[in-house]
Amino acid sequence: MSKSDPNAPKRLALIASKGTLDWAYPPFILATAAGAMGWEVGIFFTFFGLTLLKPKLSAQVTPIGNPAMPMKMPFGPEGFQNLNWPIPQLIMTNVPGFNALATTLMKQTFENKGVATIEELRDTAIEMDVRLIGCQMTMDVFGFKREDFIKEAEIGGAATFLEYAADADVQLFI
Amino acid sequence: MDVIKEDQVLDCSGMLCPMPVVKASKAVKALEIGQVLKMVATDPGAPPDMEAWSRQTGNELLRSMQEDGKFVFYIKRVK
Repeated sequence: MSKSDPNAPKRLALIASKGTLDWAYPPFILATAAGAMGWEVGIFFTFFGLTLLKPKLSAQVTPIGNPAMPMKMPFGPEGFQNLNWPIPQLIMTNVPGFNALATTLMKQTFENKGVATIEELRDTAIEMDVRLIGCQMTMDVFGFKREDFIKEAEIGGAATFLEYAADADVQLFI
Repeated sequence: MDVIKEDQVLDCSGMLCPMPVVKASKAVKALEIGQVLKMVATDPGAPPDMEAWSRQTGNELLRSMQEDGKFVFYIKRVK
């Protein structure tokens, strides 16, 4: 109980509600940064965010309906890499496999720039004893079972998260 | 400037947020209290982040400087 004990570490409570690559980063970056600062961290994975607790991560990013997403190439000279490709939404929507291509390019860009992978960040969070709470209701809705998720995850509901968040110094919905 | 003698060196060149802070925190935990870690980074976000990390953990950031186009930090494990 963080508030009752003045010497208790600060606490961060996050809700991760989205499962795409771009939305997967913020909760894991914040969780590991807070863990590095000695804070207690808990993340409640709900709705599409719950897929971030699967053993094999397959988060993709889509430029469709996401007009602010830069479309860049992860190879070639620097000037070429910094070009933003104005690909019309109509084309992106109709080309099969466009999300997979955009995901591959973005992952390569991240790797080139020195961004850790989601897998590395999640492993780091586990090493830091971050509480990973999977949403029971989402499991029921989408037909997931306990064994579909990593063993480090615990399963709970809104009340489980709220009790944890009530004593947190920072609470964020992502 | 006085020369600070480090006990360990950690190179975080090429890494972006949050890895320099994550790696530095792990390396400091492996030190004895009173020992000093020298950390090198290229992420321009590292100087403000290492200052915040130092304030939050209570470990002392003895020096934060630029050297040969890189950011260099000397961190003393206090607790």
